[in-house]
Amino acid sequence: MVEPPSMHLPASSPSLGRAFCLVAGRDLRLSLRQGGDAAMVLAFFILAVILFPFGVGPEPAVLARIGSGVIWVTALLSALLSLDRLFLADFEDGSLEALALAPAPLELVVLAKILAHWLVSGLPLAILAPLLALILGVDAAGYPALVAAMALGTPSLSLIGAIGAALSLGARRSGVLLSLLVLPLYIPVLILGAGAVEAAISGLGARPHLLILAAIAAAALPLAPLAAAAAIRQALA
Amino acid sequence: MHRFANPTRFMRASALVLPWLAVATALLLGAGLLLALFVAPPDYQQGESVRIMYVHVPAAWLASAAYLSLAVASAIALIWRHPLADIAAQEAAPIGAVFTAICLLSGSLWGKPMWGAWWVWDARLTSMLVLFFLYLGYIALVNAFDDEERGARAGAILALVGVVDLPIIKFSVDWWNTLHQPASVFRLGGPTIAVSMLAPLLVMALGFTLFFATVLLLRMRAAILARKLRALRRAEAEAAGRFAAGPRDAAGSVL
Amino acid sequence: MEERIVEFLRMGGYAAFVWPAYAVTAAGMAGLLWHSLRAYRRARRAVAALQARRPGRADRA
Repeated sequence: MVEPPSMHLPASSPSLGRAFCLVAGRDLRLSLRQGGDAAMVLAFFILAVILFPFGVGPEPAVLARIGSGVIWVTALLSALLSLDRLFLADFEDGSLEALALAPAPLELVVLAKILAHWLVSGLPLAILAPLLALILGVDAAGYPALVAAMALGTPSLSLIGAIGAALSLGARRSGVLLSLLVLPLYIPVLILGAGAVEAAISGLGARPHLLILAAIAAAALPLAPLAAAAAIRQALA
Repeated sequence: MHRFANPTRFMRASALVLPWLAVATALLLGAGLLLALFVAPPDYQQGESVRIMYVHVPAAWLASAAYLSLAVASAIALIWRHPLADIAAQEAAPIGAVFTAICLLSGSLWGKPMWGAWWVWDARLTSMLVLFFLYLGYIALVNAFDDEERGARAGAILALVGVVDLPIIKFSVDWWNTLHQPASVFRLGGPTIAVSMLAPLLVMALGFTLFFATVLLLRMRAAILARKLRALRRAEAEAAGRFAAGPRDAAGSVL
Repeated sequence: MEERIVEFLRMGGYAAFVWPAYAVTAAGMAGLLWHSLRAYRRARRAVAALQARRPGRADRA
């Protein structure tokens, strides 16, 4: 495997912020160096959305009506697709064990890895979403809400997904298991995310949806790394 | 060996309690059945089809209560590392899953004459469907590892995550439902229930709850015996290896 | 008497929904009970058989 660039966290410097940046930077560099992975997730996102017009027919009214839902469901599946890489490579080559033994708390390391994962696979989805909404003919009034909902919702997808990825480490058929564990937990994000776009289009305003999406992300921000770190510890034990 | 001290006491206590619990369950379920089928009046709107409520609502209650007990047992297992709590959580899950399935099927059978369709995206039924998949995920995770301790720990963490997420799922599904459907749509097991229907419902719900307790105790006893069996076989295999008694004997004990 | 039984079984025209709902419930509960009892009996029999062969070791485990 690739030599991890900054594996060795300086034991002498207890600065948590520095440790956080080191891990996030390492993961970012690794995924950018391997390149393809993030691009493939994006390609899957676009391709899966493009499948829907073939499935339901090209009538603009139908596509415009289901567009926001299609984009959100597909975003969920795309996020899922990249999740199994989150801890697995580090688990298999032993660097996860090294990270767990490092002086920085494992929760922080996990949060850094989640951030790197979101930057590579969540943020691009949010940026790409309006383009897909355009293809499907979603009402332009929904675009700001779509981008805002994606920006607030995809961090939750990475955070909640990290719990599933950590729990399924070392399991049999971990890929399928991961989707079974994570997809039910994603339902609130899906409902609120797609609802935000619809509310914006119908003129009701997406504010309440976006506020609750933000609240979910704020709650998941401390809780998900806690649960994921606990799961990783028992996977390494 | 201190780990076996508690299960031993549990085995003794549960053996004493179980017959009484089984008798009480049978009596309550019998009484509930009589009340539900013969005593409870037909509904002025739904007619006799309201009798489905007496199995549907208790099943829904038990499906939720079983997940809650699964989460409580998981918390105890994680915090105090109590071996009985692990077993309780694992054995509560299949019971909860079965009652969730019963709730979904009876809800569908009740919905057909009420809504004219086998499935409507009613908020309660939809939440139950999600709960069913939470159960399936838990059971799949617990059984996905070769090391059973590992499965138990992972399952406990998942159960706690699920119990935190469940109210959020319930809230968002309710919200989604009110946004997408007119409020006048008939809901299964609505909040307004006549007293003459409440008594049979409560007896049935209590009967279902005792049934859960009975089956849970039985399953926990079976699980403890199964663990003991594995420990015995391991000890036997080790002894056979140490004294070179021959692999034939060790292999025979597995069968 | 016979008419009353038939009337009861008809469930006011909802027989096709009420009885399957009760049947599904009964089947689910009976299945749980059967499965649990079977697992319990099997484990108990196997433990007893193993302990009978090695009484000294079994007591310690």
